[in-house]
Amino acid sequence: MTTTTAPITKKGVRLDAPLFGRIAIVLLGIAALVYYFLQPQQATAVYASTLRQSTPLILGALCGLIGERTGIINIGIEGQMLLGAFVAFLANVYIGNLFIAVLAGVATGALLGLFLAWMSITLKMDQIIGGTVINIMALGLTSFFYVAGLTTKGKLQPIPLGPLADIPLFGPIFFNNAPITYLTIILVFFFQFALFRTVWGLRTRAVGEHPSAADTVGIRVNTMRYMNTTLAGCLSGLAGAYLTLEAVGSFERGMTNGRGFVALAVMIFGKWTPLGSWGAALLFGFATALQTQFQFLGLDFIPHQFIGMFPYVLTIVVLAGFVGRSRPPAAEGKVYDPE
Amino acid sequence: MATEESTETTGGRTAILPRIWKAGSVPLFSVFLAAFIGAMLLWLSGSNPFTAYWSLLQGALGSPEAIGRTLEKATPLVFSGLAVAFAFKAGLFNIGGQGQLLIGGIVAAYLGFAVDGLPFLIHMPLALLGGSLAGALWAAIAGALKTYTGAHEVITTIMLNYIAINLTDFLANGPWKDTGIIARTPKILDTAVIPTWGFIPLGFVVAVLMAILTYYLLFKTTWGYAIRTTGLNAEAAKYAGIKVGRIIILTMAFSGFLAGMGGAVESLGVIGRYQPGFNVGLGFDGITIALLAKTNPLGVIPAAILLGAMDAGGSQMQFDAGVRFQIIDVIKALILFFVSADIIVRKILGSRAVDEDKVTLSTGWGG
Repeated sequence: MTTTTAPITKKGVRLDAPLFGRIAIVLLGIAALVYYFLQPQQATAVYASTLRQSTPLILGALCGLIGERTGIINIGIEGQMLLGAFVAFLANVYIGNLFIAVLAGVATGALLGLFLAWMSITLKMDQIIGGTVINIMALGLTSFFYVAGLTTKGKLQPIPLGPLADIPLFGPIFFNNAPITYLTIILVFFFQFALFRTVWGLRTRAVGEHPSAADTVGIRVNTMRYMNTTLAGCLSGLAGAYLTLEAVGSFERGMTNGRGFVALAVMIFGKWTPLGSWGAALLFGFATALQTQFQFLGLDFIPHQFIGMFPYVLTIVVLAGFVGRSRPPAAEGKVYDPE
Repeated sequence: MATEESTETTGGRTAILPRIWKAGSVPLFSVFLAAFIGAMLLWLSGSNPFTAYWSLLQGALGSPEAIGRTLEKATPLVFSGLAVAFAFKAGLFNIGGQGQLLIGGIVAAYLGFAVDGLPFLIHMPLALLGGSLAGALWAAIAGALKTYTGAHEVITTIMLNYIAINLTDFLANGPWKDTGIIARTPKILDTAVIPTWGFIPLGFVVAVLMAILTYYLLFKTTWGYAIRTTGLNAEAAKYAGIKVGRIIILTMAFSGFLAGMGGAVESLGVIGRYQPGFNVGLGFDGITIALLAKTNPLGVIPAAILLGAMDAGGSQMQFDAGVRFQIIDVIKALILFFVSADIIVRKILGSRAVDEDKVTLSTGWGG
């Protein structure tokens, strides 16, 4: 709200959190290494799981930030993921081809992105309500068309990347994953580059910060918003496909479990940059990985519900601690009327 | 967007019927459109939409018991609709009705089974208010976070939902667990039960009273005025000397109070105990209801009855017409879409009036 002008930086990641943030990161890194030397197998399992758990979060966060950089708030990521997961699952069941199934999930996300753009640009609906419509519609459609007992035809398997996978610690974590996880890491760097180093990125940010100025230099604001929101939808759809085709292998009702909303916190924590969000997503992934590994870790004495709360509590803490200190794109949430 | 001041004309000077038509035409038409698309969906999936809707109607209104069931289903919906509508007036989006309801439900159940030796006239209200206050506190967390840190309530309330699900699950499985295998609290004592009069559940009467109270609060008190001013333009409200931060916390608290009461009524009047998973989706229905009612607390009552009737008739429809009752979730989502995309409906109806009750929320993530 105030006139602290940090943003449109040319350089990507700027952890302009104060010194204390950097010290925390270094300490965390040291702790992670110490843990690895004490309990190599266990630590590797937790870290590998961290990366996998972060995949849908960073994809959702990328979807959110591309939208918001153009000025469209997307609260419907949860619904895009859920319906994407469902369609990808159905495609896998009825067509049997995993590649087509992933594409089906991506296309579903894109369609819902287009729907969001239509609601917020053409129908001039409140964007938060528009996103809520998507969430509720996804819940309704998936529960109506859900048939119990459908089984998938296989799921995406990890592909070890030759000798890279044998590197201790890093090998099993980064180079022994299934396709969508690899693709996601590539996408993070791709969008980091695209957003800050290409004409598309410059235009996107211009439209999100100052639409009328962008308009005067000939950028078609609403076309740009339509395009980007649809493109961003693809990423949420991919996150959905990840859940059914790579992580779980089947569909369960409401299986996104709030990941779409956590992704928004990830985006804010990452200051609307892909690389920053990736860091945040890894932190959240770690919180969730602890949950899946807690029996290993000898934490059984804590009731599992409290472990289950952890990622959500973390989301709130992160939001409370960071939202005031980072600045969202200036024109987000506002209808742009060319007249 | 935030410059309409005509919302204050609540004095009944204009004729009542045109006013109702003006307020109700878009929601009504939205419901018809949604039902129509729902019928198409049913037809495409191989069922006869007429039989389906007819048995839905039978199941919802066909007999005194059916009407009782509809009112019973509508009761928590009135509360969750009120909770969302009330927060909307201050420009806040409380998506956390679900969590507040759960917390209210379990605390009410706890007070209902653990406190012994009180007469009905004290025990029942105590449990009811205890549950409501618990809901208020739960929602106030989100309000305080918004005021003091700027964390947006849309995300914090959703996160609080998941935390509430885990917390209540823990309580119903652990310290407050009934004997036996099922994860639920013991049955509440008779002195805490909210009774049913004939076929009208008393809980519904409480809900209607709360709707009237909420209306009064919003439109007839200075507090309500401060809330509505904050909702229209928080900056202006600040300059007018309204303590916006405090208004945000209090509004969230009262919103949570309403949702918590919904959970309490469910525990004390319908289930007779707390049982996890009894009210999935009620929080989201609250959004649909609030927008269908155009955020007017009195409009929440018919909107909730409509959705309650759909819930009540759903199982009959599934039984008679072989239609999966989940179609109702789809229809609800469509209602929400058409109500909020009122531009479409207005075009079809050919009305040119500007909507002065339009809800505006997306002002970014900052405080």
